[in-house]
Amino acid sequence: MSVSIQSIHKTFGNYTALDDVSLEVPNGSLTALLGPSGSGKTTLLRIVAGLEYADPGSGRVLFHGEDVTEVPAGKRGVGFVFQHYALFKHMTVADNIAFGLTVLPAASRPQKKEIDDRVKELLRLVKLEGLDKRRPHELSGGQRQRVALARALAIRPKVLLLDEPFGALDAQVRKDLRRWLRQFHDEIGLTTLFVTHDQEEALELADSVVVMRNARIEQTGPPQGIYDEPRTSFVYEFLGEVNKLDDGRYVRPHEIELLFAAEEGVHLAGRVSHLFVAGPVARLSVMPETGSRREIEVWATRDQVDEMALSVGDIVGLRFPELKASQRPRKTPEKDDPNDHSI
Amino acid sequence: MSRPSATTESGPVRWLLIGLAFVALSLFLLLPLAAVFVEALRQGWDVFIKAFSDKAAASAIKLTLLSAAIAVPLNTIFGVAAAWLVTKFRFKGRSFLISLIDLPFAVSPVIAGLVFVLLFGARGWFGPFLQEHDIRIIFALPGIVLATVFVTFPFVARELIPLMESQGSDQEEAAVTLGAGGWQIFWRVTVPNIKWGLLYGILLCNARAMGEFGAVSVVSGHIRGKTNTLPLHVEVLYNEYHFSAAFACAALLALLALVTLGLKTAVEHFTGHTTKGRH
Repeated sequence: MSVSIQSIHKTFGNYTALDDVSLEVPNGSLTALLGPSGSGKTTLLRIVAGLEYADPGSGRVLFHGEDVTEVPAGKRGVGFVFQHYALFKHMTVADNIAFGLTVLPAASRPQKKEIDDRVKELLRLVKLEGLDKRRPHELSGGQRQRVALARALAIRPKVLLLDEPFGALDAQVRKDLRRWLRQFHDEIGLTTLFVTHDQEEALELADSVVVMRNARIEQTGPPQGIYDEPRTSFVYEFLGEVNKLDDGRYVRPHEIELLFAAEEGVHLAGRVSHLFVAGPVARLSVMPETGSRREIEVWATRDQVDEMALSVGDIVGLRFPELKASQRPRKTPEKDDPNDHSI
Repeated sequence: MSRPSATTESGPVRWLLIGLAFVALSLFLLLPLAAVFVEALRQGWDVFIKAFSDKAAASAIKLTLLSAAIAVPLNTIFGVAAAWLVTKFRFKGRSFLISLIDLPFAVSPVIAGLVFVLLFGARGWFGPFLQEHDIRIIFALPGIVLATVFVTFPFVARELIPLMESQGSDQEEAAVTLGAGGWQIFWRVTVPNIKWGLLYGILLCNARAMGEFGAVSVVSGHIRGKTNTLPLHVEVLYNEYHFSAAFACAALLALLALVTLGLKTAVEHFTGHTTKGRH
């Protein structure tokens, strides 16, 4: 089921959370809403779910072409997974998962046996077989997250919405669960929209990334496309570390070639001010000998640094890649903030 | 001996503080309580038992139980509704409403009683209308219940508001997205989450409802055997120099308070136990 968001406005008192936001989410896609806190991404997700309503008369939300702007959350057929799971603490895992089915009106409610089967099937799907009698407080964070997912899926939603699904988990669990969710999505093919502030997560997981900032959408596109060709300086900076050169170019640390200062093709010479080796990667800060003397981050391999026998204080040469159009992004206007009432 | 932590006082200081607390507690809490029971039993069990077989005493006990039986359920409903409203919704005047809930704590109970006399008394605002229709509120059960409801209004709400505030609306929102209706959410998600706090609030509310003196005193009219509640009966007996009987009734009230406290502690213990391991 495709989701279409058409020029949505949302204000809370004086605060503008969404400013004329439009977005198309194709059927079966896995889309990330990426942005810093306060960018409006969670509000947008909650409006799609029906947990918030857009400002009256401002825009529409369509599910597969059907206007659901005024449809209450419970009737939209969305599965919503909350950042802190929001599991029913007093219920067992099985009762949590079955909740959406047991609250159906008697006429359309499945038989008890049917509900039990569905719960078993979902437990298998999220790989939590045998935990049906546990209570939420007896589960780990990752397990709770999967119970929340199973509970959301029990009502056979047409759209799955996840709010910072991995935000409260440890780094390792987060990585595992991320891969698992990708596989899971590929298996069941449900249109999924998730919110995150972690660019790595968005780039690894999503088919399509929507970068948000200050209540607006900054750029939309496939992860690789967005990473390689950011349209604005904000997107460039938000998607990963980047150096802004004196000529206004943006260059990622791994795109810079590390050479000896006297070698041919060196664009800039500088002194290594900081050197940090993490596993196979070496991260260097280089202070240029000339120009603005703004430190430049360079990522090289550990092998190369060893081979060059580099240490802090050495002079190195830097070589920048060929200029691409995207390396001079449109400057993100500073006066873009709808909540900036300074004028 | 294990090393004391940084916040632990040295030995002598610790004992001094504990000793002071013990003396203060004994002097202000335990001693009066013991005195009530000692005085009540001074003239033996027979006199103690006889104090309750008196017709006026029996009527006072009945009236106290009856007014609490009406006031406590009413305040439970009001309290839950008020707590639900101010914690699950954001609206203009919300903080004003929260302060309003506390009003009965701030106002002297005597004033509360007087307000009802002013409204429903013979010369009050609605007095002529009530007299015309032969409805008695002041100096009758309705007045006593009204005064009790007013004074004990904050207990349930006050207990629930911080609890529901800390729980947030996440679980209710989850239930909404799963298609649950308002009643289903209330009974299946909200109530199970607040049930111990609710019970705690009801117990406190009940203790105060049975013990209320000031407000009830103003509206009851002290008609012996008719509109005297147990606390009022104690006062009447005491003023008439029936010390043993007065203390016997006081002992009964104190016993009610002790039972309530016992239940409250049990609830605390039980919830403390069941919430262990949750975060």
